[in-house]
Amino acid sequence: MTTTAVPFRLPRANALVGGLLVGILALAAIVGLLWTPYDPLAIDFRARLAPPGPAHWLGTDDFGRDVLSRLLAGAWTSASIGVVTTAAAVAVGTLVGILTGFLRGWVDRVVMAVNDTLLSFPGILFALGLLAVLGANKWGIILALSLAYVPTVVRVVRATVLSLRERDFVAASRICGNSALYTMARHVAPNCIAPLIILATVMFGWIILAESALSFLGLGVPPPAPTWGNMLAGSRPLIAQAPWLGIFPGLAIALTLLGINLLGDALRDRLDPRMAR
Amino acid sequence: MSAALLSVDRLSIGTASGLPLVRDVSFDLAAGEIVAVVGESGSGKTMVSRAVLDLLPPGVVRTGGAIRLAGIDLARLDRNAMRKVRGGAVGMVFQEPMTSLNPAMPVGRQLEEALRLHTGCNRGERRRRILAMLERVAIPDPERCLAAYPHEFSGGMRQRIMLASVMLPKPKLLIADEPTTALDAVVQAEVMALMAELARENGTAVLLVSHDLSMVAHFARRVVVMQAGAVVEQGATEALLLSPQHPYTRRLLEALPRRGPARPPADGPPVVEVRDLVVDYAGRRRLVGRAAAKRAVDGVSLVVRPGETVAIVGGSGSGKTSLGKAIIGLVPTAGGAVLFRGTDPFADRRRLLDFRLGSQVVFQDPYSSLDPRMRVGAIVGEPLRHDAGLSARQKQARVVEALADVGLDEGHLGRYPHQLSGGQRQRVAIARAIVRRPAFVIADEPVSALDMTVQKQILALLAELQARYGFACLFISHDLAAVEQVADRVLVMEHGRIVEEGPRDRVFDAPRHAYTRRLLSAMTVLGAVGDDFALARRGGGWSAAAADGAPPAAGRGGAPENPVALAAGP
Amino acid sequence: MLRFVLVRIASALPTLFLVSVTVFVLIRLMPGDPALIMLGDLADDRSLADLRAAMGLDEPLPAQFLIWLGNVAEGDFGRSISTNEPVFGLILARFAVSATIVLAAVALAAVVAVPAGMLAAWRQDGALDFAVVGGATLLLSVPSFWLGLLMLLLFGLKLGWLPVIGYVSPGQELERGLLYLVMPVATLVLTEVGVIARMARASTLEVLRLDYITHARAKGLSEGAVLWRHAFRNAFAPTWTLIGVILGNLLGGIAVVETVFTIPGLGRLLVDAIYARDYPVIQGCLLFIAALYVVINLVVDLCYPLFDPTVAA
Repeated sequence: MTTTAVPFRLPRANALVGGLLVGILALAAIVGLLWTPYDPLAIDFRARLAPPGPAHWLGTDDFGRDVLSRLLAGAWTSASIGVVTTAAAVAVGTLVGILTGFLRGWVDRVVMAVNDTLLSFPGILFALGLLAVLGANKWGIILALSLAYVPTVVRVVRATVLSLRERDFVAASRICGNSALYTMARHVAPNCIAPLIILATVMFGWIILAESALSFLGLGVPPPAPTWGNMLAGSRPLIAQAPWLGIFPGLAIALTLLGINLLGDALRDRLDPRMAR
Repeated sequence: MSAALLSVDRLSIGTASGLPLVRDVSFDLAAGEIVAVVGESGSGKTMVSRAVLDLLPPGVVRTGGAIRLAGIDLARLDRNAMRKVRGGAVGMVFQEPMTSLNPAMPVGRQLEEALRLHTGCNRGERRRRILAMLERVAIPDPERCLAAYPHEFSGGMRQRIMLASVMLPKPKLLIADEPTTALDAVVQAEVMALMAELARENGTAVLLVSHDLSMVAHFARRVVVMQAGAVVEQGATEALLLSPQHPYTRRLLEALPRRGPARPPADGPPVVEVRDLVVDYAGRRRLVGRAAAKRAVDGVSLVVRPGETVAIVGGSGSGKTSLGKAIIGLVPTAGGAVLFRGTDPFADRRRLLDFRLGSQVVFQDPYSSLDPRMRVGAIVGEPLRHDAGLSARQKQARVVEALADVGLDEGHLGRYPHQLSGGQRQRVAIARAIVRRPAFVIADEPVSALDMTVQKQILALLAELQARYGFACLFISHDLAAVEQVADRVLVMEHGRIVEEGPRDRVFDAPRHAYTRRLLSAMTVLGAVGDDFALARRGGGWSAAAADGAPPAAGRGGAPENPVALAAGP
Repeated sequence: MLRFVLVRIASALPTLFLVSVTVFVLIRLMPGDPALIMLGDLADDRSLADLRAAMGLDEPLPAQFLIWLGNVAEGDFGRSISTNEPVFGLILARFAVSATIVLAAVALAAVVAVPAGMLAAWRQDGALDFAVVGGATLLLSVPSFWLGLLMLLLFGLKLGWLPVIGYVSPGQELERGLLYLVMPVATLVLTEVGVIARMARASTLEVLRLDYITHARAKGLSEGAVLWRHAFRNAFAPTWTLIGVILGNLLGGIAVVETVFTIPGLGRLLVDAIYARDYPVIQGCLLFIAALYVVINLVVDLCYPLFDPTVAA
């Protein structure tokens, strides 16, 4: 059967724009860590609520703090939390998913019962519950969000492993005399990489959104440390007088998420057809 | 000289981006005639059949030529007129019965659709016709069938339902694209015969697209041979098959499996011995307890000696694949024993390792049996991991040698499976199997997924390697033609039991069991007997239209006719 | 078919049980005296002693769990530390508000997104497809709280069309209540319409590739009939599952929209309770939302035979 030759300019555009936006995020994050035009925490009541202008490119908030500097610092916070959380969730979830998917038996049943229970807490509910117990701070958020997303990774990895197990090349490896452990590591794990990359990318977006939402609710990184979420929260009572306080942090989140989504789409287009082979 | 019903005139098809797929194809079809288009994958035959009803996949377009139905150029028809042609004047049957029917719609409603669109019948009349047609195609309990869903029927029954659905509006032309390829051998024969009968009853012409030359020869009046997008030869079936002009046609005919001379029976102690093997599949887990276990293999015994090929044949559900998996240790057994070189390989680890080192499997699906992330060199070399006696350099040399054995050069070492064709992948799988010079090889449907010409090459390769290395081979297949070519002894399985066994020639020429006879009768063999072109059949059973269109004769379970090997030219 | 229903319901029960265990354990993870946690710092000794007895704090942990579970089954979720109201009644009242917004938003989003996604798939790579995919991707990248804030700014403050603060239930005053609903619902609709459209498009693309679609065309059916009569039912199943997931996510996630528009909903209840360390309310909300999600998934699964008859076999 012939393949459809569809003009595929779109995925390349996806990858470009997505990569560009994510690149800007990464850059902003590093800049935010190392240097900002003003100290994000520096209060200057003389310059409070200044609209965007030559001195403060994106304006100032009600404490006179420079919005741009706070945005950059917030980039570092969001990005670092996002990366650490995603990495932790993916690492733990993959390990568990591969082991239970391959070994099956009672191990699989117990793990899946626990996993399904955790998955019964929708969205950020479990993270909220954990934060109620752990308290809101940077490491609490990382722990809470990682635990909230591990079950999703386990489910996806396990499903992939289950379908890989049925493939003949896994049987061929056992017939060669290879042990179950070797077969898992050499044949099953590498073939999980493609769906994992896609999942990790998408999950990174979810986590950044979740962290912003938690900060917006006041349950994230505590002020005065700036995150995009708590900057938005702070802008709400002042939104009529100083709309720039609400526009820029939200725009930053939206552009970041857009970049991640586009990148995820481009990755899926590239990796999936090859997986099907 | 009747005007042609369908006239394909210099048809060309290509992708939207300019890649040509089909070039200047021309042929005619007269009313009531059965014409076959034959070719292997990539020949473009499916594209041609799709082009008639303008059902080309997205991204593929007609780039030239005309298709005329009863003189009307189909390209000039507007959308609505074309829709009237589809299903009304021209019906189409597809290959995969599992996916051709909408799984979420009751069968009765699907059968009704074409009738509602193309005939003016009222509801009662439609129902009457549908029930009558379902009876005609031998669906039991037609009333209940109307409300049932497709998943409740087997593949063969679904294909009959498809035929019913397509023939209800009494089309002038039926396009059948590999209608039976996905079915069991016995079922294939029945469905094809049914299709030919229905066509004859309704005066419907049939455009039959297939890769199965022997089946096509059985039914078609004329044959069009395609290769790489072009017609290489066409003509009356008899003439084409008896004296093919084009080299490709000759190659296709050569590729038909043929029985070679019988080899002397193997001697020596058996490499593998199976005694009263029982394999159960656990029943589905229910809320309380389990459903009853299904017995896949019910007390099977067999012996395979060095250098001989023992074939296990049977339809789907016969248990032959489960038997193979149990022997190699991929599924647990519920009774009986498997002995390798006289000892139980599962007794301890050392013996298990011996067994693993000394036996290998070639699987059916070349797309699934190679790890897509490993290169060919690594794949073929993996069995050598446990070979302590060889150094790394020796192992590499062995890998190259194995590749050479299967006809692949060193350049393939660094390639990935997705860069190889189906035939090449199967060669790699075979190289992996023989790299350790095993004593025992199980080949589980090794050629079923391949093109005819490639099948022939792979079967010949297996035979050659066996002659060279002297391994014992267990050949599992549903394809009797392939079995006829390679087997020394044949075991026939039905419902988990062996119903017949014996030397190949004896089983094929004088089958004793009824099931064997049914299997053989479903297999058509080309032969030329007498002046009129007629086909020799094995074992009796059903017959199909001879050149004079005589109706089929009911089952004759009698002495088979010896096929005369087809003289296919120099 | 009956077997299928019974089996599905039966398999939801262990999940509900484990969920309740998890919520119980989660709250008990707090260090300190559980009775003190439940009543707050200002409770007097007498109430503390009574509660300790009622909770069975002298008993082993599993017994405490059973006591708690028994109470929950009767509807006794305890009393809020902040307001001393019974938690269950509080949850239900707030849930009514959130549910109205969520259901209206998801229904509207689905009604728009599913046809859009299907049409985009049908005319793949056309202008419509590009617009739908582009629009959907943009929309789903926008955080709901930012979108709500912008709407508040534009329609509430600058234009003054819609009320900015507070909430009036449509149950009490229909017209005024609806005005209060417009922006929150619109925010959620815009946020979710992208996700649903993309899923509808993806699953329709998968289905359109299949043989029975070509077969339907070969019968002479019009494109509309093919799309609606044959493709829709089969393509809708994954979207239906997604809708269940979205409903669940919004049960908690709506807190952000409720914060923007100052709506007294369930999400806001939970968040306020976390600030105030009002553990009875936290526990009640967690249990209620998780149990509701299990039920939602159950309902979604039970509808599956409508789209995929092989499931009930």
